[in-house]
Amino acid sequence: MTAPTTTTGISDEVRDLANQEYQYGFVTDIDTDVAPRGLNEDIIRLISKKKNEPAWLLEWRLQAFRHWITLAEPTWQHVTYGPVDYQDIIYYAAPKPKKALASLDEVDPELREMFDKLGISVAEQERLSGVAVDVIVDSVSVATTFKDKLAAIGVIFCSFSEAVQDHPELVRKYLGSVIPYKDNFFASLNSAVFTDGSFCYIPKGVRCPMELSTYFRINAADTGQFERTLIIAEDDSYVSYLEGCTAPMRDTNQMHAAVVELVALDNAQIKYSTVQNWYPGDAEGKGGVYNFVTKRGLAAGINSKISWTQVETGSAITWKYPGVVLKGDNSVGEFYSVALTARHQQADTGSKMVHIGKNTTSTIISKAISAGHGQNTYRGLVGIRKSATGARNFTQCDSLLIGKDCGAHTFPYVEVKNPTGQVEHEASTSKIGEEQLLYCRQRGIPEEEAVSMIVNGFCREVFKMLPMEFAVEAQKLLTVSLEGSVG
Amino acid sequence: MLKIENLHASIEGKEILRGVNLELKAGEVHAIMGPNGSGKSTLASVLIGRAGYTVTGSVSFQGQDLLASSPEDRAAAGVFLAFQHPVEIPGVGNMYFMRTALNSLRRQRGQEELDPMDFLALAQERMKLVEMDQSFMSRSVNEGFSGGEKKRNEILQMAILEPTFAILDETDSGLDIDALRVVANGVNALRSEGRAMLVITHHQRLLDYIVPDQVHVMVAGQIVRSGGKDLAVELEENGYAGLGQQESAGRMPVGSSR
Repeated sequence: MTAPTTTTGISDEVRDLANQEYQYGFVTDIDTDVAPRGLNEDIIRLISKKKNEPAWLLEWRLQAFRHWITLAEPTWQHVTYGPVDYQDIIYYAAPKPKKALASLDEVDPELREMFDKLGISVAEQERLSGVAVDVIVDSVSVATTFKDKLAAIGVIFCSFSEAVQDHPELVRKYLGSVIPYKDNFFASLNSAVFTDGSFCYIPKGVRCPMELSTYFRINAADTGQFERTLIIAEDDSYVSYLEGCTAPMRDTNQMHAAVVELVALDNAQIKYSTVQNWYPGDAEGKGGVYNFVTKRGLAAGINSKISWTQVETGSAITWKYPGVVLKGDNSVGEFYSVALTARHQQADTGSKMVHIGKNTTSTIISKAISAGHGQNTYRGLVGIRKSATGARNFTQCDSLLIGKDCGAHTFPYVEVKNPTGQVEHEASTSKIGEEQLLYCRQRGIPEEEAVSMIVNGFCREVFKMLPMEFAVEAQKLLTVSLEGSVG
Repeated sequence: MLKIENLHASIEGKEILRGVNLELKAGEVHAIMGPNGSGKSTLASVLIGRAGYTVTGSVSFQGQDLLASSPEDRAAAGVFLAFQHPVEIPGVGNMYFMRTALNSLRRQRGQEELDPMDFLALAQERMKLVEMDQSFMSRSVNEGFSGGEKKRNEILQMAILEPTFAILDETDSGLDIDALRVVANGVNALRSEGRAMLVITHHQRLLDYIVPDQVHVMVAGQIVRSGGKDLAVELEENGYAGLGQQESAGRMPVGSSR
């Protein structure tokens, strides 16, 4: 961000990105500890043993697995893809640590180099942005920063595996409490085989002083990724959490089925922001990541608030509906989304807001951009239960089409069981304005840059909800992803 | 500087321009008047390269074949249009838009780009010309602007981008007398030896403020008469009667508001 008056703030260097191929497409050769392909109870026992888990967790995984094998993959979503062979996936791969790491200096130099290529070097993050980064490569956390500083105020921010070892009572209490292992096909699969993820606990009355950030990364070839994230905000606490993703190029599709659970107790606030940039596939749509994610927050306490902000530019297929269960009276749920589908990308995404408590309010703002052969579907569910007297929802879905081979679809579902509920839905679909483009070009702005500018403007309502560095990254991603969409 | 020869333009099979000839020299201001539908705005559209027209004839701008260039290349060559209906671009800041435009032009001309602070200083200076305050710059491009604010914003862009050849397409329409004076003062301040302007208007009153070197009358896609400033006054008195080839155009009085 440059001038204080800048509204969209697309920095100058962003323009230079306009002609780049997917720049994060490289593979780092780290000696991985890899499980055999396929999934059965033995693999789950192996994962659990590798991670030195308590018996109850293994049992939970096995229950999830036994449930999963009774399920069929869902087909209701508005996306098409070839069959996934779940027995051809490697469910465990871990970088081999030489020894326990005391500091970042001990991180594998090759790994450090990879972070440098991504432009997210941990040291730089630490120094420049004051962000504590819990770095996940493949499935095992390699390094966690700022942990001591956070520990001093009682905040726990660590890998999920560490949390299982160090805080088993918290994990046991909350794991599956928002998204039970029976929730859906992908959540069941994740519950059975998740290998790592992030854990965050904010104690009562604490306002987390820094943005907590995790960069996920798919690295080993053909390794499915099954992260598990759990964030708990105790009474009167606040946390802002950032999740960002990049993935290297691949020829075979990669499966990513994460589960994220958030719990906000009385007067607590959780702000969860995502920039998702998994590999979208090549110009023919080959080789991209399948992103099948289950994210849900439980606004359990009175006056609690959960906000999801997502910028989805990557993946061949995106399937995710971050939602909030508004259980506490006066609780608030928010969902702000930008989803871009270019090339042959498909996205079926939206939000679920379930109102249970009295005077609960939710807001859904969805901005969908389709270019190339992209297909973009908004699917939302607003449910107002009988108990939710005075509940209100506002939903706004805007779609922008670039070119004539793309599509935008909207499937809003509304279920109101309490007569005092108020639900508003606004939707618009527009083609990128010829008049806007001409105006920009007449002023000397080249067409591709003009498209990027107009699209970024279209998304501004959502971008302004993101922390600033993230907003800049999101705009860069949008610009890069739109490359080649014009003309 | 600009030479238009036998310019024809049609859209969806309908011929709008039927052989326009016009020449502007550096430093000159020409006005084009004429009734609604006579082709004035189409001429502006064709000069900036709006899509959808079938065009024949030639337009040479400082020796360059303008018709063969993209809109952004024409802008880089120094062509500017103050739009009749400036479009809104939601979410894109006015200041950011103008800086991007100026730096695009500078880049295409091999000049160094202005950083935000230098640009801010430039913008603040030029804003005085059209009596705009800083608050305009932090709003989205034209979004929620009144008619007069949009027109002033166009002139501000002209002041910042400093074109060689500027077309003002009915910049006076919808302006009250105070706003008209502000806009005209801005335009007059930008008159210079190296710059030519083409002022398209219905109204003689604009030409009281922006005094043209030549006045052309366009009727039914052709320039039917040219003359000095006095021609505008004459038109004000007599209308376009007798000048056009179309009956309907001929009866329309000058200055009728739309």
